[in-house]
Amino acid sequence: MKQQRKAVALISGGLDSMLAVKVIQEQGIHVEGINFFTGFCVEGHTHAVRKKHQDKQKRNNALWVAEQLGIKLHIVDVVEEYKDILLNPAHGYGKNVNPCLDCKTFMVKKAVQWIKEHDFDFIVTGEVVGQRPMSQRRETMPVVARESGGNDLLVRPLSAKQLPETLPEREGWLDREKLYDFNGRTRKPQMALAAKFGFKDYAQPAGGCCMLTDENYAVKLQDMWHHRPSRDYELDDIIMLKMGRHFRLAPHLKLIIGREEGENRFMQGYKNQFMSIYPTSHPGALCLVDGEFKSDEERDQALALVARYSQGKNDPQVNLVIRQSTGEEQEYSISPMLPDNINKDWLI
Amino acid sequence: MSADQHKEPYYVDARRLLCPLPVIRAQDAVAKLSTGDRVVVTSTDPGAKADIPAWCRINGHEVLDIVEQDNEIIITVQVNHGQ
Repeated sequence: MKQQRKAVALISGGLDSMLAVKVIQEQGIHVEGINFFTGFCVEGHTHAVRKKHQDKQKRNNALWVAEQLGIKLHIVDVVEEYKDILLNPAHGYGKNVNPCLDCKTFMVKKAVQWIKEHDFDFIVTGEVVGQRPMSQRRETMPVVARESGGNDLLVRPLSAKQLPETLPEREGWLDREKLYDFNGRTRKPQMALAAKFGFKDYAQPAGGCCMLTDENYAVKLQDMWHHRPSRDYELDDIIMLKMGRHFRLAPHLKLIIGREEGENRFMQGYKNQFMSIYPTSHPGALCLVDGEFKSDEERDQALALVARYSQGKNDPQVNLVIRQSTGEEQEYSISPMLPDNINKDWLI
Repeated sequence: MSADQHKEPYYVDARRLLCPLPVIRAQDAVAKLSTGDRVVVTSTDPGAKADIPAWCRINGHEVLDIVEQDNEIIITVQVNHGQ
């Protein structure tokens, strides 16, 4: 009896990995999905927290894709291991602070480890030659295969005909003729294949699921790195970079002011880690203080800025509480900062 | 399968965690348990309401209950590892 071959596919939640899995399933291969959580995935964070985004569908695209394909999905927490990839990328950064090539290599390496542990035969990705400026170039795709240890067990079904034959093709587990030769940045072949498979609903754009490619996020991350003794970070740090408005008042002092009710509620959970400020005389934003006040002037500046983001912004005085992370509270009364006095350089 | 409804459920505290961490915590708990065991996941991420049931559907586990109270979402899952 012919042995049932098994593949694990890297599922990002985008169209390309969805198509790649379907192409392999069509050849009778049992496929399961794997998704790596680095801490920088877009779909967590803001959409889940902000009320403004309540109309957006709450779904994890990787889970949704797996369900459409009828495959199991294994979500792997790689937050700790990923730190070294982000902080020390051997191949440098791509767009903003995205360690694109090292990231892909790391994920394929993790998949290689996974197939050994779970007795699977090969790995599938949705990579397309020429699709991305760093990790998906004709010259770099073999680098990913080689440095990850995936070598000829790494199958890219959408561009297989543009690449050397892999072991599953040589062994006859896969028919190379039924794989594809997509090439370049155009999305038209993917759209056509999606239509052929009857996929009408899929996340766009493919692969755009990493906060590290987002310019605003990258600026906040670099600011954090610049103002700390070490670039090392914790998961809470990288989640907080997505919350609120960030004001860098001094090298040792940053304020994170909630933008709306959902964020304020979420940030409440950090009140025992950060000093916080909140208005008591008027409804308003919660502020987390990353750092310390080195003078009363800095403290008053922070209070006035937080008062500005309360409903008392046009009143002569707003009462606010400064709460230490240990729970001690002290109340102050302050005039809200005038818009002209908000230094534009503060906003990160 | 020998579901023991009297066995104490396994509790997962996924409060303050954002998608997909509540799913990962649930997944890691389920991996350690046997068919018929129950896992109760408490999350503050509204996304968990969709994600944990989706993860259960694709992996063959059953959602027994979803309760929302005081900004917390409490989801009870019955483990099914199949044959």
